[in-house]
This record gives sequence, structure tokens and C-alpha cells, in this order.
Amino acid sequence: MKGFAGVFTRELLIIKKRFLKMLISFSITPLLYLIAFGWGLGQRMTVEGVPYITFLIPGLIAMGSMTRSFAISSEINIARFYWRIFEEFQAAPVSDLAIAVGEVLGGILRGFLATAIICLFALLFRVRLHVNCVFLLAVLANAFTFSSLALITSMIVRSHADQSMLNNFVITPMAFLCGTVFSLKALPGWAHILIAWLPLSPATRAIRAAALGRPMPWGALVTVFCFGIVFFILGTYTIRSAKA
Amino acid sequence: MIRMENLTKRYGKNTALNNLTLHVKEGEFFGYLGPNGAGKTTTVKILTSLVKPTAGTATIGGHDITRSSLAAKKLIGVVPQAINLDMELTAWENLLIHGLLYRMKRGAIRAEARKWAAFVGLSGALDKPVNTFSGGMKRRLTIARALLHGPRVLFMDEPTVGLDASGRRDLWGLLKRINREGATIFLTTHYIEEAEALCDRVGILDRGRLIALDTPAALIASAGKIVVDVFEGDTLTSRFFPDRASAGAFAATVQGSATIRNANLEDVFVKLTGRRVVP
Repeated sequence: MKGFAGVFTRELLIIKKRFLKMLISFSITPLLYLIAFGWGLGQRMTVEGVPYITFLIPGLIAMGSMTRSFAISSEINIARFYWRIFEEFQAAPVSDLAIAVGEVLGGILRGFLATAIICLFALLFRVRLHVNCVFLLAVLANAFTFSSLALITSMIVRSHADQSMLNNFVITPMAFLCGTVFSLKALPGWAHILIAWLPLSPATRAIRAAALGRPMPWGALVTVFCFGIVFFILGTYTIRSAKA
Repeated sequence: MIRMENLTKRYGKNTALNNLTLHVKEGEFFGYLGPNGAGKTTTVKILTSLVKPTAGTATIGGHDITRSSLAAKKLIGVVPQAINLDMELTAWENLLIHGLLYRMKRGAIRAEARKWAAFVGLSGALDKPVNTFSGGMKRRLTIARALLHGPRVLFMDEPTVGLDASGRRDLWGLLKRINREGATIFLTTHYIEEAEALCDRVGILDRGRLIALDTPAALIASAGKIVVDVFEGDTLTSRFFPDRASAGAFAATVQGSATIRNANLEDVFVKLTGRRVVP
């Protein structure tokens, strides 16, 4: 397991090199949402008993931590097919589990960076969030789940084009549909049931409840962790199966 | 040190490696020669656990590469054909990651990084980003990285591809020094002169099969020490002779132009397969 330090150190060094670019890039989408929907709509309407901007920010945290954690999929993909850096990991005396831990920790860190940026925006937009251990646990569950999913996809896909297709058909719809920017209560019953099965839905519920200081839906949080554990086990297995 | 028994790799209907049995001794500089697509890289990828064999077994230092892959991997260093350095990071950062992957302590990584950087002539470049390096510097860094953890076997897959003549000669000197320090070297190449200049023994691979295995001198002698190249129109044919006298006698009977020269490993390949080594 110790070899994970090499994989994770690489992630840390890459994040250090690109820190400023990452901060800017991680800021753009939530900032646009907050300006367009938060300022534009947020002051006139309420959703689930709170001003829309207050409802929106935890959703953006769920969305942001998901997309940024999942983005390691593209990074691994480039490391695998373009730079062939992944071969250096595979040729080293490091177990598949250690590689998985290193990569997933890198994804989780990116998820937390995205979360920190949105929390700063919340201060600017004068929305009070409850940033406590429960909130961090909910973000951790979300980031862990989507980093692990990213690991699976990065090992399964055969090209960058496949990776983009996965992003377009799986991640982008999930980012919008899972209660991040609107209340799922507004959806017809069948759609509500369907979307509730996607891992981002319970993650959004847990993050929103924690951020707004509401009672934690522990079932939702456990569900996210269960998704994460299953994805992580599959991800570790796919590293082995990725060998030709 | 390296033992391959009936090693086979198939990709669908295509057999990349066919029933390969080969043993490489400790401290040996072994050359693995063949044209592109012969199965050289597949062999290295199997031995370095990047690819699973379809059949057969391989051991490194007595450790089975599939059943005890972590133990086998600890003994090897790999210089891959494609340079797989992190271009955004510095040379030192690349070496640091490698050392951590091999569970070295930071102090030891720093000491070994300095030692091997000096060995490959990159002492002053450790803190520079790799994307500012020339092709030769990147290649030397991949060698320093492969040596960092003190491997007993060094796999080098076409390490001189993309280097100019002078860079290639510099690298040859470096490889000889590494071998003298005690490392077993498994070098794949399609450069005939490289195998002749460096290797104690050479295996010639063609279409996934090992078709010859011996010292370069013995292989050349087996083909015939002297070659007469005969040019008839656009066609070049080569005839092999045991000595210059018989070669000269034959050349005198040739209608077109003929050249007499010493045989080399490429001639061995031509004689065995009827084709030239095309990179």
C-alpha cells in the first residue's frame, strides 16, 4: 500500500504547478451560475423554504465537487494514452490498490478545492453555510464516489474520444438533473424515482442538508458511501484488467 | 537472471510472440534484435508486467512475473521506447515520484538522484522542467530514473530511437558503464550496429519467433564472414562466403557491379529470413 505515496505525490505536484490556473478554471462555472441564477432569479424566488441562491449554492458544491473529482478520469486518460506516465506506475512494485488510493485521493483533493472556492463565493454572495464535520463528510462521500467512478472509466475507455462521450452522456446530465439547480419535487413521480437512483442525487441531498444546517439524511449519506465503495473496488479491479 | 519458457502472446488472431524460450544470464548485456512488429516490445511489456502473457512463464531473479510480480518488479528498471516523463515537472520531481513508487526514503532518493544525474550528465538540470530538455536529455533522464532504485536488471526498449549519431554514441558509452557496474541489460533494438557494438549475446526475433541466438561474432560466422553484394538493375542480392578468396573468385564472375565486405548481423537476419531489417 505504501507505494500510493508516489502516485499521490504526482497529483500534489501537478496541482501545485497548475494551482492558479485550477483556481480560475474551478471558479468560472459556479460564478456564472451564481450571477445568472443566483442574482438573476435568486432574490425573487424561494425553493424548499429558502431563497433560491441559498438553495443553489449547496447544489453547486455537489456539482462542482463531483465534476472536479471526476475530472481525474481525463487526467489519467492523458497519462495513460498520451504521456504514458501510467506505465511508470504499472511497472513499479506498487499494488493496484495503492495506485487506486493515490489516484482517488488526488480526485478527492480536487473536489475539496472546488468546494472551498464555492464556499468563498457563498461568503461574497452573503449566503451562510454550515461548514462543519458533517458537511465535510458529505463532500468527502461525493468526491470519493466520483473519483472512484473516474478511475473505472479511465481504465475502461480506449481513447480520449470515448472519455468525452462519457462526460457528455453521463456526467453532464447527472450534474443538471440530480437536484443541484432545481428541486426534484418539481419533477413527475417516475422521473423523481429514476433520478433518485443516480449517485449524485443522495449526495446533493446530504450536502444541502449539511450546508443549510438541516437534519442530515443519513440514509442518503450512507448510500453515497456505498456507491463509492463499490466504485472503488471496481476501479481497483479495472487497473488490473486494463493490462492488455 | 531472466528466464522465459514457451512465452506466447496473442492479440485476437494475431500472434505477437510465439512460444519463446530464452534465458539471460546475470551481468549479461543481451541484445534483442528484430524489425518493427517482430515482438520485441511485447516481450519487454510482458517481462515488466505491463502486458499479460497468453501462455508460458517468465521469471526475473527467480520471481514469477505473474504470480510474484511485485517481487520481480523490485529487481527491474525500465527505459521504455516512448519517453514517459512528466513534462510539467522538473527532473528532480520525476525522480522523486519514481523513488516513492519504489518505497525509498526521501533522503535516499535525493542522494541517488544526485548520483545518477551526475552519471548521465544532468547534474545541473535537476531543478529544470523536463519540457525544456532536448530529446537526448530526456532519454538520459529516463535512464537515471530507471537506475534510481538500484535495479539488477535494466530493460531498455529501443533507447536510441530519435537520437542523432553523436547522441547515440554517447548513450552507448553510458550503457556499457551501467553494465560494467553489474546490471544485467536487456536491450531491444533494430539498429544492427548497436547490437554488434554493445551486446555479449544477441537474440534475433522475427514475427514473434526467436530465429537465432548466440554471440554477435558466432552469428556472423554462421552466416559466412564475407559478403558479396551484387547489384543487378534495381535488385540487390547478397552471397555469403567463408573467406575473401572465395568471395573474390565469385565477384570476378559477376556481370554487373559487386561489392565485397565483412558480414554483419543484418546479413544474418537476411540469410535467415530473406528480408532486411526495416525499422
